[in-house]
Amino acid sequence: MLKISLANLDALFAAIAEKEALYIPTDKAGQAQYMRYENGMKMTDALNTVRSAKDFFFPQTENLVNFKVSGKTIEIIDPRTEHEDFVVFGVRACDVRSFSILDKVFLLSDPVDTYYENRRKHGTIVSMACTRPSETCFCGSFGIDAANPEGDAVCWKTEDSLYIQAVTEKGEALIEKIRPVLEETDDSAVEAQKAATREIMGKLPLAKFSTEKFGGEVLMKVFDSEKWASLSEACLGCGTCTFVCPTCQCYDIRDYDTGHGIQRFRCWDSCMYSDFTLMAHGNSRLTQKERFRQRFMHKLVYFPANNNGEYGCVGCGRCLSKCPISMNIVKVAKSLEGDL
Amino acid sequence: MQGMMLNRAKELLSDGTVNRVLGWQAGEFVYDITPAVFETEEELDAGFVYNGFCGNNLSKYLVKETLKDGKILVFLKPCDTYSFNQLLTEHRIDREKICAIGIPCDGKTSGEMLKAKGISGITGISEDADNFVVDTIYGQTTVAKADALEERCKTCKSKKHVAYDELLGEDGEILDSHRFDMVAKLEAMTPDERFAFWREQLSKCIRCNACRNVCPACTCEQCVFDNPKSGIAQKAAADSFEENMFHIIRAFHVAGRCTDCGECSRVCPQNIPLHLLNRKFIKDINELYGDYQAGAEVGTRAPLTNYTQEDVEPSIVYHREGK
Amino acid sequence: MPNEVKAFKPKIVAFCCNWCSYAGADLAGTNRLAYPADVKIIRVPCSCRVNPMFILRAFQRGADGVILCGCHPGDCHYTTGNYYARRRMTLLFSMLDFLGIEKERTRVEWVSAAEGAKFAATMNDFVATVTALGENKRLEDLRCKE
Repeated sequence: MLKISLANLDALFAAIAEKEALYIPTDKAGQAQYMRYENGMKMTDALNTVRSAKDFFFPQTENLVNFKVSGKTIEIIDPRTEHEDFVVFGVRACDVRSFSILDKVFLLSDPVDTYYENRRKHGTIVSMACTRPSETCFCGSFGIDAANPEGDAVCWKTEDSLYIQAVTEKGEALIEKIRPVLEETDDSAVEAQKAATREIMGKLPLAKFSTEKFGGEVLMKVFDSEKWASLSEACLGCGTCTFVCPTCQCYDIRDYDTGHGIQRFRCWDSCMYSDFTLMAHGNSRLTQKERFRQRFMHKLVYFPANNNGEYGCVGCGRCLSKCPISMNIVKVAKSLEGDL
Repeated sequence: MQGMMLNRAKELLSDGTVNRVLGWQAGEFVYDITPAVFETEEELDAGFVYNGFCGNNLSKYLVKETLKDGKILVFLKPCDTYSFNQLLTEHRIDREKICAIGIPCDGKTSGEMLKAKGISGITGISEDADNFVVDTIYGQTTVAKADALEERCKTCKSKKHVAYDELLGEDGEILDSHRFDMVAKLEAMTPDERFAFWREQLSKCIRCNACRNVCPACTCEQCVFDNPKSGIAQKAAADSFEENMFHIIRAFHVAGRCTDCGECSRVCPQNIPLHLLNRKFIKDINELYGDYQAGAEVGTRAPLTNYTQEDVEPSIVYHREGK
Repeated sequence: MPNEVKAFKPKIVAFCCNWCSYAGADLAGTNRLAYPADVKIIRVPCSCRVNPMFILRAFQRGADGVILCGCHPGDCHYTTGNYYARRRMTLLFSMLDFLGIEKERTRVEWVSAAEGAKFAATMNDFVATVTALGENKRLEDLRCKE
């Protein structure tokens, strides 16, 4: 176990930033967001960023291919370049788990998404254990340990120090580079903090929340539930829940006419949007009830059915905080589980 | 107040005046309240709630609800009544199918507002006249209500109900709200400072469309930003231009019709002060074309569908320093 | 001469109403009055046809300045169209200014069919104003840049 005093945190960030592009969660424009580290930047005290860390690997928009038209010829330009090495610092346990869910979609099944792979290969994740989880947190329901997150390297923040430990080869390589600013210590402080965090996690209002009744086996039962109508009644059809969600991975591919060519870009899409399933023949999900149902079916039923029982949710609580009408996966699951 | 509302709703349901009640439903915690339609007394008993967290403006739901059969009871806070009138003016809701009950409002807050004060792990909230007492797993905190109010409530424009069939509690007055102070502050900045301010804010936009979808003035069947044939339906804020355009056009499309209910800023997951764009239009309209409050009365002609021969020329913009 | 710096020539979009201003532009032409070729005229049935999106889209597509010309107030071919356009553009320009975007990049001018000279003078003046402002940076769409 290695440590650095919190007073010295700047030195740690500077040491990383010297070697690789470093991103830390910081307070900007009134809220916590990931920013590229610059000298003197302070890490936020907020529990988590409003936008999840999925942006680093699956950005909201990216160009896939460009076409340049001149006369009767079309030139195809591949905008991909080898991504620079980068470090994402301070990712919470829930968001770290979301990467493995995205991996299942983009990396571990054919065809591999090379754009995603490019970023994933060059990214090193330094996670941060939680100390003050919020009432909206329920990562424990998905077997995530907020006190001991996954990641390439893990940090624990105590009153006066930051403890760091490598988990993977990438993490070891990173720590090797910044070894001079760190000092060796035992792990008693970290163990004490883990125990304290776990005790708090047990006291959270959603500590007992579970989705285990859901999964592929109950597909039709959940799909046909009469409760969807009332649950979705007030839904505005906005994309807040999907866009703040660390595991939502649906996207659209569109062509943008630049006036001198075409940019084929991909952007996040939301199953809550009315044109999400719009096709040449029309739209297969005509009402908000069906769109709303799709989002929760995907997370609670379809995803586990296709991924050995793993749910498409990590319990980060963002949708609980951000939905304009306060409708969310917890309310949906609790309402539906009575029928199962 | 909740008790009075509940009793009246039950009376009107049981005597057949209405067959549905549009109100607020309690959630998982104290603050996560969802708009809901209640059809029976049992449903009302199980979930109906009215407290300091019932911020949602229910008037827009009437567009959908008044297409259905039967009369619906709706509870309207003072600022919601302005949206209600505006929707009537635009013939978007059917007055015959609505029983509107005005209810008082002392200003609303939200879980997000409390959390912005550094409160976390909320397990319960109680309120007295001036304070919220918040129980958390980390201990108890007291927050002055005046501090925790949403921005729109701190600058509340009116406690007066401009439309209702019945009123529960006392009606209030139109207030001198100072709601344009922040707009004036921005106007007093240099263009470079304003540009920097709005870039920082608008670059946070994730184009979730919550501001548009919640807006009681945004009731188009199909929005121009959702119409693939419009050439501007790009879905994502792929470029700073898109961010600017979306927000200018969103605000422009409701200019003169926006009642300043503040729902856009309340729902923004990125905390962009979107109401400032709307208020800029309102302030300009007031200064250039005379005071106008959308929704104050039914049937008025909105400033952008109106004119006088003596209107100022657009060149006035070059001469109104900072405005 | 590879080192020569190209003088900045702004791209200007001029929306002209069919009945007055477009005819005014015609008159400027037949009278051989000179105005910069950087002005691209888009003919619209009435100044009122121009909605704020047109102005923004012109900037997106690379315009450095956008001007709207219509009949003088009171002379609208459709009686009242330009009165509405006047209010809309006033509020739009004010909003652009509020966002810190140079207000001088946008203009409204009333030009009748008889005012060929005014049309040419207006365009010359507007081009000079926008040239002084330089390239449109604050309301540009980088994807549309060559």
